Amino acid sequence: MSAPLPWTSEEMMTVAASRHLWNGAVCFVGIGLPSAAANLARLTHAPNTVLIYESGTIGTKPEVLPLSIGDGELADTATVVVPLPEIFTYWLQGGRIDVGFLGAAQVDRFGNLNSTVIGPYDQPRTRLPGAGGAPEIATHAKQTFVVLKQSARSFVPQLDFRSSGGFFEGNGSRARSGSPGRGPQVVITDLGVMKPQAGTEELELVARYEHTSVEGAVAATGWPLQVAERVEVLPAPSPGELEVLRALHARTREAHSRPVLLPF
Amino acid sequence: MSTPILSLREAIATHVADGQTLALEGFTHLIPFAAGHELIRQGRKDLHLIRMTPDLVYDQLIGAGCASALTFSWGGNPGVGSLHRLRDAVENHWPRPLRLTEHSHAAMAAAYVAGASNLPFGMLKGYLGTDLPAHNPGIRSITCPYTGEVIATVPALRPDVTILHAQRADRQGNVHIRGIVGAMKEAGMAATKLIVTVEEIVDDLEAPMNTLVLPHWIVSAVACVPGGAYPSYAQGYYARDNAFYQAWDDIARDREGFTAWIDRHVRGTGDHAGFLRSIRSVEV
Repeated sequence: MSAPLPWTSEEMMTVAASRHLWNGAVCFVGIGLPSAAANLARLTHAPNTVLIYESGTIGTKPEVLPLSIGDGELADTATVVVPLPEIFTYWLQGGRIDVGFLGAAQVDRFGNLNSTVIGPYDQPRTRLPGAGGAPEIATHAKQTFVVLKQSARSFVPQLDFRSSGGFFEGNGSRARSGSPGRGPQVVITDLGVMKPQAGTEELELVARYEHTSVEGAVAATGWPLQVAERVEVLPAPSPGELEVLRALHARTREAHSRPVLLPF
Repeated sequence: MSTPILSLREAIATHVADGQTLALEGFTHLIPFAAGHELIRQGRKDLHLIRMTPDLVYDQLIGAGCASALTFSWGGNPGVGSLHRLRDAVENHWPRPLRLTEHSHAAMAAAYVAGASNLPFGMLKGYLGTDLPAHNPGIRSITCPYTGEVIATVPALRPDVTILHAQRADRQGNVHIRGIVGAMKEAGMAATKLIVTVEEIVDDLEAPMNTLVLPHWIVSAVACVPGGAYPSYAQGYYARDNAFYQAWDDIARDREGFTAWIDRHVRGTGDHAGFLRSIRSVEV
């Protein structure tokens, strides 16, 4: 047995996702892993990143991660809070978003996402929350990053439901649909990183971590995963990244368990 | 003329009937929980509920048997997981079947805007490459008469009644809202009747210019319900009780536990002040 890692695979995934966000990017952030990664980026290498949540909070700089997409923390620390119909029209549909940062329950080989149902729509085995803002984020953001844990259950040959479009059926079908954004340019998981192949637009494993393997990523994929000729090995989280991420999570846990005092 | 200031019980009894189409809006913020509980206390049934994010308030109404249809765009417990009562209704038809009309957020927003604007439909560049139109026949398209571009359309949302929670109203019934406003104004102005619960009633709103004010003459009734958004929050008054949202996952997980909770804290209390006392007795 090798020694236990000094960081968790979720921490590695969050750090790897955060590194993709560049300083100054205007990023439309989903809740959960995308929110953790985007805020880690803001607190480390990308301080001028503009974070936008669909609740209408623009340029928000939360001290603690929001549990919901509309926590007061997001409004308190925002440059401006706008009505919800406006965030989806002037800002998203208006083409002002560089990156949409999304999660999902299932992804397919073309980066299409399911967050709606497992099983048939009318008689689902598992009813998931649904699409929310994701379909139009996936359409209009200039590109999207997708972050989710990788397994044969989440990386499926056929989605039970397509909630948000990635590259549709590949081979340029997304562009032909009139979708303005360039689609999912990177999928980050706990096992590695995938990017669309030129031409086919099928996801291809381009990077792994020190503690993961190409074989592991292939085995955790429900279709025959394409593997790049050269698979990069990504550096482990730096002490600085880990310190900031852990402090963020610690502040968040403390804040979310704090009793709420009603003023009466 | 001014808007009647009623008790919440009177407001619901006067303006909400079984079988109506009802929107309780507020995007994570200012969710009108007190009004949702009063609907349960008064045993409203066969409601068509509309809300972008059903949240715990609709999980409670659905589990309590008040709803027969739901129009929505994201039905989870934010940051926590499933809404177990919504899931049970969809997956197992308990306590009764629930007819779903499912949208994306952008489309729901467009549908409210259309309703408020007295247009028959809303439009968006949306739903591209998704399976949602195959399961919601209301999602259609129109060809732009100028460019030939095909644009998605959704029917306008026109609730019989919209219920909102806000920070303040004045004695005339003018309502002041600040913070995350979601689609509250659009849902309110799309409805035939608008009920607003508020944290407090003041002599003068002192609302800064360009902040969100709903003038009294578009509001059907105001009810003063301090804490009326709890466990959601009211900016400037109290924070979202994230610990309660996390605890709800266990409370609502099975039917018996959920029903016992509703019976004790909602049906077993006379009003929202009673609900808050009842909840506190558990927490302390």
